[in-house]
Amino acid sequence: MIELDGVSKWFGAFQVLRDVRLRVAEGERIVICGPSGSGKSTLIRCINRLEEHQEGRVVFAGRELGADAAGLTEVRREIGMVFQEFNLFPHLTVLENCMLGPVRVLGMTPADARERAMEFLVRVRIPEQAGKHPAQLSGGQQQRAAIARSLCMRPRVMLFDEPTSALDPVMIKEVLDVMNDLAQSGMTMIVVTHEMGFARTVADRVAFMDEGSIVECLPPDRFFTNPADERTKRFLSQIL
Amino acid sequence: MIPGRTRARLGWVDAAVLTAVVVALGYVFHRVEAVLEYRWDWSAIPNSLYRWDEETGRWVPNLLMQGFFTTIRLAILSMIPAALFGAVFGVLRTAGRLFPRLLSRTYVELIRNIPPLVFIFIFYFFISSQIMPVLGVEDFVRRASPATLRSLELVFGPAALIPNVISGVICLAMFQGAYMTEIVRAGIQSIPKTQTEAGLSIGLSRWELWRRVILPQALRRVIPPLAGQFITLVKDSSILSLISIQELTFLAMETAVSTTRVFEVWITVAALYFCLCYFLSLLFGRLEKSAAAARA
Repeated sequence: MIELDGVSKWFGAFQVLRDVRLRVAEGERIVICGPSGSGKSTLIRCINRLEEHQEGRVVFAGRELGADAAGLTEVRREIGMVFQEFNLFPHLTVLENCMLGPVRVLGMTPADARERAMEFLVRVRIPEQAGKHPAQLSGGQQQRAAIARSLCMRPRVMLFDEPTSALDPVMIKEVLDVMNDLAQSGMTMIVVTHEMGFARTVADRVAFMDEGSIVECLPPDRFFTNPADERTKRFLSQIL
Repeated sequence: MIPGRTRARLGWVDAAVLTAVVVALGYVFHRVEAVLEYRWDWSAIPNSLYRWDEETGRWVPNLLMQGFFTTIRLAILSMIPAALFGAVFGVLRTAGRLFPRLLSRTYVELIRNIPPLVFIFIFYFFISSQIMPVLGVEDFVRRASPATLRSLELVFGPAALIPNVISGVICLAMFQGAYMTEIVRAGIQSIPKTQTEAGLSIGLSRWELWRRVILPQALRRVIPPLAGQFITLVKDSSILSLISIQELTFLAMETAVSTTRVFEVWITVAALYFCLCYFLSLLFGRLEKSAAAARA
């Protein structure tokens, strides 16, 4: 469903992505890990073109992402994204955050959008927070609201950019539980995270990135017990 | 708003400041009374505010109040285009493409770096001699039916002065718009880029992103400085007197000359301006509070 083929990107003279190749099938769950600055976030931000790549191809569901702006919003509505800092809209209530996309992008009636928003707020277990503004919620609740906001667009893929890095341990669990549920439901997911427990139990494959390239990409049992590359071993020994 | 706000208590610093103010005021009063030997005569003032009209047998506004009403009209009428200029050019100022940025930058720099008075002298000549005939305002007013004329007069004041008032409004809006542009730009730039990313990632179009995410947040943040700029606009409307727009300052000059009561007239005018501006700052204070309440 997603195909990255020889993707390279530079910030000025610094190369953040080096010839990245990755194929993600429908229903597959990929965890990307690696030291900070290795290009993980940049990589998944290239998938919905929040970052532009300079070389190679990014293909989503048969459509190549390029400078064509009209097709881009079409693609973006099918790709959900969850950010490290939640990025909810602070001037809207949680419910309004969730309704904005369905009403303004999908053209749903407010009543239908409200119903759908409540359905997903129940799924992320914060229906009682619907009328509040983001600033009144805990970090974990905000992140779950952000997940609900993305799900309300009924995306075909969900991208997670370090979704638990800004949270304390109790809240991390709340968010991971929701992500587990989502994985159970068969959602295609690409998750940048340092949560190795999540990677072990949920991922179909775990990719390790270093200095802008994917060093290896293996099923979790082999990734954690028998990685091929020296750098992966060193990283795992540091993090586990 | 502030929790646990303490009751006002007079410390020794407050007492010292208060004493200094009283002494200074007393000194000024003394100079005026004893040294300047100005003989105050306020008797001409009420009549220059309102006069008894023999023909209709009613009290009608005289020069000062006429000017005051014109100033209020000027202020309200130019706030709308000024805010519009500010919003449009402010958005353009943050555009990704070079040309819109260049355009609005030129507008802002041109106006900010010329004294308002000089700008108005140049611009008024152009507007009154070139743009007003093209707009056909005078013809329109002359041919208007009594009904339209009445509603026109309600908005723009006496029919004879309509072209005069419109030129004033355009001048004022043009140069206040430049300052508002900068305020709006600052507001927009204070919204983190992550908001744009979140909006784009749920598939919002550029227009919807601006309309639903960026502008509502940016405008809420710039209410206080924008309110300040609106009040500045009211005060700056006084320089329109120099291009013969018959607003408060212009008619005050006439009244001061005709009554020869210079101080009395100008103090009255100051009080009128103060009332208008203070009313506005109370109004904006309210608005700010309700915006803050809506956010909480």
